[in-house]
Amino acid sequence: MTGITPGSTAPAGAAVDAPSSAPGGLVKSVVALDRVVIRLAGDSGDGMQLTGGRFTSETATFGNDLSTLPNFPAEIRAPTGTLPGVSSFQLHFADHDIMTPGDAPDVLIVMNPAALKANLPDLPGGGLLIADADEFTPRNLAKVGYASNPLEDGSLDGWQLVSVPLTSMTTDALADSGLGKKEAERSKNMFTLGLLSWMYHRPTEGTIRFLERQFRRKPQIAAANIAAFRAGYNYGVTTEAFAVSYEIKPAPMAPGKYRNISGNQALALAIVAAGQRSGLPVFLGAYPITPASDVLHELSKHKAFGVRTFQAEDEIAGIGAALGASFGGALGVTTTSGPGVALKSETIGLAVMTELPLVIVDVQRGGPSTGLPTKTEQSDLLQALYGRNGEAPVPVIAPRSPGDCFDAALEAARIALTYRTPVILLSDGYLANGAEPWAVPIIDELPDLRVDFATEPNGEDGEFLPYLRDPETLARAWAVPGTAGLQHRIGGLEKADKTGNISYDADNHDFMVRTRQAKVDGIAASLPPTEVDDPDGDARVAVIGWGSTYGPIGAACRRIRASGRSIAQVHLRHLNPLPADLGEILARYDRVVCPEMNLGQLAMVLRAKFLVDVQSHTQVRGLPFRAAELAAVLQDVIDGTTGTVATSDSSSDTPAQTGAAL
Amino acid sequence: MTAIESTNAHVHDLGMPGNPISAAIADSVAVSGEKQTALKAKDLKTDQEVRWCPGCGDYVILNAVQSFLPSLGIAREDMVIVSGIGCSSRFPYYMNTYGMHSIHGRAPAIATGLAASRPDLSVWVVTGDGDALSIGGNHLIHTLRRNVNLTILLFNNRIYGLTKGQYSPTSEIGKVTKSTPMGSLDHPFNPVSLALGADATFVGRAMDSDRKGLTDVLRQAAEHQGTSLVEIYQNCNIFNDGAFELLKDPATGTQWTIPLVHGEPLVFGPGGASCVVRDEVGGLRIAERNQVDASEIVVHDAHRNDPSYAFALSRLSSQDLRYTPMGVFRSVDKPVYDRMMADQLEEARAERPADLAALLAGGDSWTVS
Ligand SMILES: Cc1ncc(C[n+]2csc(CCOP(=O)(O)OP(=O)(O)O)c2C)c(N)n1
Ligand code: SF4
Ligand SMILES: [Mg+2]
Repeated sequence: MTGITPGSTAPAGAAVDAPSSAPGGLVKSVVALDRVVIRLAGDSGDGMQLTGGRFTSETATFGNDLSTLPNFPAEIRAPTGTLPGVSSFQLHFADHDIMTPGDAPDVLIVMNPAALKANLPDLPGGGLLIADADEFTPRNLAKVGYASNPLEDGSLDGWQLVSVPLTSMTTDALADSGLGKKEAERSKNMFTLGLLSWMYHRPTEGTIRFLERQFRRKPQIAAANIAAFRAGYNYGVTTEAFAVSYEIKPAPMAPGKYRNISGNQALALAIVAAGQRSGLPVFLGAYPITPASDVLHELSKHKAFGVRTFQAEDEIAGIGAALGASFGGALGVTTTSGPGVALKSETIGLAVMTELPLVIVDVQRGGPSTGLPTKTEQSDLLQALYGRNGEAPVPVIAPRSPGDCFDAALEAARIALTYRTPVILLSDGYLANGAEPWAVPIIDELPDLRVDFATEPNGEDGEFLPYLRDPETLARAWAVPGTAGLQHRIGGLEKADKTGNISYDADNHDFMVRTRQAKVDGIAASLPPTEVDDPDGDARVAVIGWGSTYGPIGAACRRIRASGRSIAQVHLRHLNPLPADLGEILARYDRVVCPEMNLGQLAMVLRAKFLVDVQSHTQVRGLPFRAAELAAVLQDVIDGTTGTVATSDSSSDTPAQTGAAL
Repeated sequence: MTAIESTNAHVHDLGMPGNPISAAIADSVAVSGEKQTALKAKDLKTDQEVRWCPGCGDYVILNAVQSFLPSLGIAREDMVIVSGIGCSSRFPYYMNTYGMHSIHGRAPAIATGLAASRPDLSVWVVTGDGDALSIGGNHLIHTLRRNVNLTILLFNNRIYGLTKGQYSPTSEIGKVTKSTPMGSLDHPFNPVSLALGADATFVGRAMDSDRKGLTDVLRQAAEHQGTSLVEIYQNCNIFNDGAFELLKDPATGTQWTIPLVHGEPLVFGPGGASCVVRDEVGGLRIAERNQVDASEIVVHDAHRNDPSYAFALSRLSSQDLRYTPMGVFRSVDKPVYDRMMADQLEEARAERPADLAALLAGGDSWTVS
């Protein structure tokens, strides 16, 4: 089997080390690569997410740049061995900075026939395919409609197939562990991880420590998993099946402390940090929903930081409790996904009216209705911007990468506390579960979020005016219950200016509606100038995006530039208010293209606000854009072709559409 | 009063030393002098014009509450009244405390977040039969089962007042209203039964016009640690006038009202002619006193842990109010949600003090130099 290359899209690897000798005189060579994309696929019960997560941690510790794409079914355990039960984890890692989890894998590991069937279409010809031969039984093959065993019938000749009995090698390795066969088999994912760790020169101590910690109370299981992991590694060292291992050097990174982080983790940590930086207790009111629940889980662990988490009876109670806590002076937070935001709309309106700080996190998933719970989408933008009765302006912010969820959530807290307003943070399933290396911030460099509570009367006649505003921010006075002499009543009925008493006066209503809008519009004054990435400086076409499309759009722009063309990239963090300089920036370009994982929601807003003929490019497949496809679209725009762009996407039967598709 | 004092023992200890909330409160007290706890009813009035229809039962309840609250010895700024939407839910505007007139049905949820994060406050919910039992039914039952430290006043006028007279979840079957010209079809809730079904730790019932009875139940509710629900029968003289006349009219009231006094036998009716006894299947039934032995008469025990006795009491009523127990059905001590939440924060802090830098770095960081 010498001569296996990893199928990497990287330049042909060169052997760097002198061939190393393995026991038994086996000669193995090491090939240097600049990047690789690996996909692990198996049954939901095979532990692919855990295995991928561990491989990611090893890779992060090693110092590669990386990006991940977990992809799992909505069902907890679909019937074993079936197509709906397939779960996969893709990891892209490199010796340079990368922006996406990779369009397609170079290496595919399949734990059963269903995983092969579901994932093979994504593996380019010539790619390395590793299969657990033990699971390709007649019964498992029949479950997914294979008439004969593809590992044996020559149908996989177009790929570099390595068929290995992963399951039986695992059980053999655990023969003396005292575990039954079924139980021992469950460690096959760790055997596979060991093999991959050898193949890619990953450090192994972290995984061993992890397993010890994870199974602290079950030492026998811990020992078995570690033994399987080591056996997999040693198998790599000794086997003739794999003659080559690969080296991907660490990526250059600015000095500092790093960790691997997922979007949901980063978001949760930011909420803890916001509490600490404001000095306020944090109150999270939430109802479980994919893909937002992990934020609730994570925050529930941080009670020592004064974080109260409340699992409410529904989304309405979650946000209601958070708003009640805000009234009491806490940083109120509620986390959910699109269907939950729909339920929270009325309370968001109340927060707009009562002008209390509140952070609403929407980790978007495929919609409408229950939609695609475990898949990603950006289709809640218009809901976030406009999904309420009345004129109810709400600032909207979107992070662009897993690590950026931290900064974006802190920014949401800043706006909420400074302007006394609900703020919607639009993350999505891809950011939530995806991971990347993250420079651990230095506490003193985090924004100062301290607030000024009212402590004495502010009116001319010695009275307290809860709706007297700061002339600069238009934020109203915030007096918390318990503050002597400042008792007041707030609520959803229209407020009289300054006093906050009920008012049905026509002019007052007109004034208050405009004032609430002006307050939110005024946030734009606190935003830095919009960054335009145009390294060549002569781009005629700009591509504009928001949220998690940052990586794929950025990667596509690199491809465009590598082809000798120029393109400008603008990526929005603030969706409401839009940056003050945005209209002027967009007007500079001949064409503006807006790729979105919806049917053109930002494009519609940009067209309406700036009268710019934005060209919308959309895809709603529950998956992030592929950089190559986007690059093709952008290239056609630059080269003057418009209209529908056919994509060379072998796995998707519906070509992506260009043009405003509203 | 001891119970209230122990609430205040938590005053401003929000588990975050030196937090801005405690600081603001301390500053305000420094500005205005000592906390004012010796209040009069008029101290609780606001300058807002009360806008209920003349003759509405809500006025009587407002007066009773304003007269009674000072006796609790709580400063105005430490009281918060959260309401939903409905005529009754205008209540906070007329109380010189902190208040939030929120959205329809959600007051218990909002109050839960406030009470859970501010155990130093005395938090009250004012709600109507539509607000609490229709649109907000879910929040009500979950608040009751959690036992957050709240006092919920449910103004039951058996009608939707604010929306001008549709039938409500407590209206009797066959109610003819604008939305039910041929009579309503659905069976009503008995709010007390519902609350007991949710294992509420305190459930009482009072009449708007009965100042003494109402004050008595309110006092016990306020002193109770955990969620208290007080159903207050309230006359809507515009859309459901006379709904409680059977109980209010002295001629019939004594006959149909069963006063609940803890430790006293359940005897009622003109001349104490009627009583409550156990029935054959473990429930309760009404009997004529001269038909039973004195030892058979049930002695009211509001502190019984098992809610089924209190539930059986609540089921003595028919939907036309014949046999209506008034007073405290149940009052039992159970762990209080906000206390337990605060304790968990304490415990977590004792286990591992908060260290943000360590938290952000996580367990698997590496350094690039
Ligand atoms: C979401 C929503 N739905 C409906 C209404 C209209 N509405 C206001 S009050 C009310 C019923 C109030 O009845 P109840 O709670 O019994 O209060 P009452 O007026 O009788 O005191 C309704 C349906 C509303 N304000 N909000
Ligand atoms: S409509 Fe009925 S409940 Fe509402 S204020 Fe008038 S009398 Fe009172
Ligand atoms: Mg009513």
